[in-house]
Amino acid sequence: MGNRIVTARELAPQTMLFEIEAPHVAQRGQAGQFIILRVVDHGERIPLTIAGRDPARGTITIVAQEVGHTTHLLNALRSGDEILDLAGPLGKATDIPTGKTVCCVGGGIGNAVVWPQAAALKAAGNKVHAIIGARTRELLILEQEIAAHCDSIVVTTDDGSYGRKGLVTDALRELLSSGEKIDEVITIGPVIMMKFVCLVTKEFGVPTQASLNPIMVDGTGMCGACRVTVGGKTRFACVEGPEFDGHEVDFDELMTRLAFYRDEETRARQRDHDCRLTRQAERTATPGKP
Amino acid sequence: MTDEAGSKPKRILNRSTTKTPMREQAPRDRIYNFDEVPLGYTPEEAVQEAQRCLLCKDKPCVAGCPVGVDIPAFQQLVMGGDFEGALRKIKEMNFLPAICGRVCPQEDQCEAVCRLNKRGDPGAVGRLERFLGDYALTHDVNVTPHVDAPTGRKVAVIGSGPAGLTCASDLAQRGHEVTVFEALHRPGGVLFYGIPEFRLPKATLVREIEGLKLMGVRFVMNYPVGKAESLASVRQRFDAVFIGTGAGLPWFLNIPGENLNGVYSANEFLTRVNLMGAYKFPDNDTPIKPIRRIAVVGAGNTAMDSARTAQRLRPEKVYLVYRRSRLEMPARKEEIHHAEEEGIDFHLLHSPTRILGDEKGRVIAMECQEMVLGEPDASGRRRPVPKEGALKTFEVDAVVIATGQGPNPLLLADCPEIERTNRGTIVVNPQTMQSSLPDVFAGGDIVTGGATVILAMGAGRTAATAIHRYLMTGSAEPRPEVATDPDAEAEAAGEGRGA
Repeated sequence: MGNRIVTARELAPQTMLFEIEAPHVAQRGQAGQFIILRVVDHGERIPLTIAGRDPARGTITIVAQEVGHTTHLLNALRSGDEILDLAGPLGKATDIPTGKTVCCVGGGIGNAVVWPQAAALKAAGNKVHAIIGARTRELLILEQEIAAHCDSIVVTTDDGSYGRKGLVTDALRELLSSGEKIDEVITIGPVIMMKFVCLVTKEFGVPTQASLNPIMVDGTGMCGACRVTVGGKTRFACVEGPEFDGHEVDFDELMTRLAFYRDEETRARQRDHDCRLTRQAERTATPGKP
Repeated sequence: MTDEAGSKPKRILNRSTTKTPMREQAPRDRIYNFDEVPLGYTPEEAVQEAQRCLLCKDKPCVAGCPVGVDIPAFQQLVMGGDFEGALRKIKEMNFLPAICGRVCPQEDQCEAVCRLNKRGDPGAVGRLERFLGDYALTHDVNVTPHVDAPTGRKVAVIGSGPAGLTCASDLAQRGHEVTVFEALHRPGGVLFYGIPEFRLPKATLVREIEGLKLMGVRFVMNYPVGKAESLASVRQRFDAVFIGTGAGLPWFLNIPGENLNGVYSANEFLTRVNLMGAYKFPDNDTPIKPIRRIAVVGAGNTAMDSARTAQRLRPEKVYLVYRRSRLEMPARKEEIHHAEEEGIDFHLLHSPTRILGDEKGRVIAMECQEMVLGEPDASGRRRPVPKEGALKTFEVDAVVIATGQGPNPLLLADCPEIERTNRGTIVVNPQTMQSSLPDVFAGGDIVTGGATVILAMGAGRTAATAIHRYLMTGSAEPRPEVATDPDAEAEAAGEGRGA
């Protein structure tokens, strides 16, 4: 008995939004928390941030980008299918201030997390700015959904195909120089982006929460695969995070640790690719002929 | 012939001074597979071993067993070939014999106090227990104990490790409605994620747990209480709660280089391999990095499990590094023996000082300080002290830290109201396992810190007795005033003095 997918929607190439039945997570989940799911029995446990929830319907929303074998399996599912199981909500919720001016800076798939964060910030009576970026227009996700909770939103693309050409850090620097007092920045996206966002906000002395995405196995504080160095101390992102003071995070170490299983990931992906080719070959083969 | 021999010929015949040997996979074979190492007794071997039992009247072995299995009684049944009866006798006290027969430290418990020790080996209690547990699983023997009429009381058991499973089975037997909550996707706790396949086959574990389901115990997986639901809410839904969430928080050494790629906690290493089946990558999706040379730090059972697991991943070399000497190694003798047989290279009196990495952040070596034994410390063990100027570097590409675990943080972070020690373990009344909250009981590693499976089972049993009392009388403490016969009164008074 798995968790049924009630909605599956393609947001961008290789990026799917799912609404999945998970009543207790829908009840208790907060912005910034995550779930661990398995698609199949011999599968990995992968962490995915909760992008939204509907307690009345008992569903949660997650957004998955196909980066490895497990997200490949997940993104092949459609409405009515089931994933094997999920556990959550895990991790700590985003620390939501009240009556402040906050800027959310997201990049790529991280924008799926900006969405609930902006919503929670707005609901708590904050002034909310958002700067969201993508490599190119077709990879930009959830712009409308995020904009609905923001006082201002700036979109950047690396290639200038949509919004402003450039990086989120350019737009952030501009906002921080504009004279408006920004009390806090919350950032989520590729590690390299978060690293540079934090360098910019440090320059301006603006407190910054970074939402980290290390490798996890159990996600319940048991294995320590997710350990990150924050302020010179080892912390477990799954139970003490995933959000930490961005000015204290050792992003270089995080990048190194994230790259550890790249060879195995490639090997698994190659198998996915070969399987797809085999399936295609089977479909195109004419029955009866050798 | 003595009188004794005349009255009980069956057990005196063929009494050997040594344990009936148990066949094992040869080391040269087993390091290439994850199959179980000891192969178990045949029925003939079991009968032969049981015949060694002296059937002592005062049964020192029973007192040596944390869950009080009537060992001579079951051995007597085995002698007569009544395996089903023997199994029933064990299951009166221990619902998980196939597990305990494999993982209990019998040499420190029942077997340590066996009278046969005076003439040679003690009785092979663990091997017989395992034989009977396996007999039930392979012969489809139904020994589900009698379950009392429903009491209408509901108990939540948080954590499905040895403490939780024992507590759940005892409470179900007394007619309570038991729900077990587990954070991971498989039941068993450390029995699943920690103890390797070659020591406790997962199929054995799964079938023992199936037995609990037949007694009406409900299992809810993927449900981390404290996160999925607050403890406060669970307390509202249930009449009593047992917390057996274990010592899941891995300790690191706090030396430089510990976050390099290739450094694992024993929990991560074992979880990847046991729970996620990474040794079957890419057929299973969770990987473990190929290992050339690995160092396991520590000398407890978890360290032995890690080293032996590592050896099966076919590296060139597995080192086991420990800062004290052989005498202080906390692992079971049998585990140490197996590890040595399998070619684990022990480096005792070596204390890691730092782990070195390459430009890609991967482990390339571990530096250790050689130690010598000094004066005894607070634990009574001789304290290792650095040997001046003696450093040794091990060229390794993986390091497993197996130096202990702290209490699992997930649930406790949610309920500050439960009284805890400064080590973070839950404070309980040792007689009842009751915590500072009257309806909440706890046992196993979450109370003791990292200990053994059978101690956790013993705590689960003690808690179940007290929970039953609490549910039926409103108090977890035995109440001497309700005792009606003089023996019970004397017993209760004795307990009072002891408290």
